[in-house]
Amino acid sequence: MRHLLSTRDLDRATAVGILDVAEDMAEVAGREVKKLPTLRGKTVINLFFEDSTRTRTSFELAAKRLSADLITFSAKGSSVSKGESLKDTAQTLAAMGADAVVIRHSASGAAQTLATSGWIDAAVLNAGDGTHEHPTQALLDAFTMRRRLHGAASRGKDLDGLQVTLVGDIVHSRVARSNVWLLTTLGATVRLVAPATLLPANTSGWPVTVGFDLDEAIDADPDVVMMLRIQAERMNAAFFPNAREYSRQWGLDEERLARLRPDTMVMHPGPMNRGLEISASAADSSRSTVLEQVTNGVSIRMAVLYLLLSGAAE
Amino acid sequence: MTARTVLQPADITRALTRISHEILESNRGGEDLVILGIPTRGIELARRIGAILDTIEPGSGTVGYLDVTMYRDDLAGQPTRAPSPTQIPHGGINGKTVVLVDDVLFSGRTIRAALDALGDHGRPRAVRLAVLVDRGHRQLPIRADFVGKNLPTSSDERIRVRLTETDGIEEVTIES
Repeated sequence: MRHLLSTRDLDRATAVGILDVAEDMAEVAGREVKKLPTLRGKTVINLFFEDSTRTRTSFELAAKRLSADLITFSAKGSSVSKGESLKDTAQTLAAMGADAVVIRHSASGAAQTLATSGWIDAAVLNAGDGTHEHPTQALLDAFTMRRRLHGAASRGKDLDGLQVTLVGDIVHSRVARSNVWLLTTLGATVRLVAPATLLPANTSGWPVTVGFDLDEAIDADPDVVMMLRIQAERMNAAFFPNAREYSRQWGLDEERLARLRPDTMVMHPGPMNRGLEISASAADSSRSTVLEQVTNGVSIRMAVLYLLLSGAAE
Repeated sequence: MTARTVLQPADITRALTRISHEILESNRGGEDLVILGIPTRGIELARRIGAILDTIEPGSGTVGYLDVTMYRDDLAGQPTRAPSPTQIPHGGINGKTVVLVDDVLFSGRTIRAALDALGDHGRPRAVRLAVLVDRGHRQLPIRADFVGKNLPTSSDERIRVRLTETDGIEEVTIES
C-alpha cells in the first residue's frame, strides 16, 4: 500500500490484513508501556482543513504510540487562513520532509489530488474528504463489528452474511460511502434507510438496497444499525421539515431500540446529536459500540500508519 | 541445492529435554519461570519445553509468546512484515526469570529486538536464551544460555527448522 485514499480500491485480503494488524496494535493499549519504537524517525503531518476531535486526536495518538514525530496543522491558525493554496501548503510540508500526510478537507477528492499531483511524495492518508470517503472510519467500524462477533478469535475473519443498516444523512456522509464499499467487500449486506431528500440522487452503482422506512428496516432484524449524524454544517437546503419530525421518523428512540435483538449493534461514528438521530438511551445502551469505536480507531490508525510507513520504498 | 538432515525427530526431542533440565538447573527449580517463544517456530518449541518442565516439576511450565516485529531494526529495508500476536502469561513478567525460545540463533538481531520488546512488558529479574540451533555469524554481542545443537555453517548456507505442528514434518536441515 502506498496511500490510503478510499475503501473502494481495497480487496478483501488487504482489508482483512489491515484489521489483523490492528488486532496486534490493540494489544499495545493493554501493556505496561503503551508505545512501540517502530516508526522512530518518521514524520507524520496531520493536515486538517476541517474541524475534528476524534479523527485528529486518534491519528495523533496512533502516531505517538508508534514513536513517529507528529505535527498537526489545522486550517485555523495556519497560513491557510491567509489564503495559502493546497499546493503551496503541500510543497511546504514536502520541503520539511514529511513521510506521511493525514489530510481532512471539505473538498471531495482533496486527498486524491494530494497523492497524485506530484507536489509531495509522502504517503497520503485520507481522513475525510468532503462527501467522498473516510476510509479509516469504515475500517474501524468493520473492526468493531468483527470484534463484537468473534471476540478474541477475530483474526483472519471477514463479515460474511452480516446485515448492516445505515440510517440517516447518506447524501452528505463520507462515512456511509466508505462503509458501503468496505462492508460489501468483506461480505456484509448493506441497506440504506433515509428520507428521500437525504439519499444520493442515484445509488444504482452502489451494492446496496435502499429503503425509506426505519420501522420496516428494524423489523427486518439487522445485525448492525449504524446511525449517521445529521450534518448541520452541510445542510444548505431544507432536507426535512424540522428536527422533531426527523427524530420521530428516522431517529433511533427507546421504542425502536427495544425492538432490536439484545445483541444487535448500535453504531454511530460520532459526534452524536443526542435526541435527534439517536436517543440518549440508545447511545448509552449495552448495544451501543460508540466508545469501542473510538478505542478501536486508535488501533486501526496505528495499523494503517505502520503498513504505509514501514517496509522498503517501492 | 542440496539439503542435509542434521537433526532427526528424536534428536530434537532429546535436545529439548536436555534444555528443559538445564533451565531448571540454572534456575534452581521451577519457581518464577516464564518461557516465551518467538514466532513462528519458537512458539511451538516454547510450548514443548513448557510441557517437559511441567512433567519434571509440575507448575513450572508457564508459557507465552512474544512478537518482535515492531522492534526489528530492518523494517525499512524489506517488504512490510505482518506482526503476529503477543501473549504474556497471566501474572506478567515482573520479577520473573524469562527464557526466550527461538529456533535458530544467527545474527542476534531478532534477540536484540526481543529484549527491547520485553522491556515494554515489564522488568524481568533475569532473561535467558534457549535456541534449538546456534549457527554462528553473530552481528551483535549476544549468546545463548541453552543450545540444542551448535552447527558451524558458512553464511551462504541456510538452516531450516521444520516442526510437525507448523510444517507437517519434523527435522532440521542444512541447505547449500
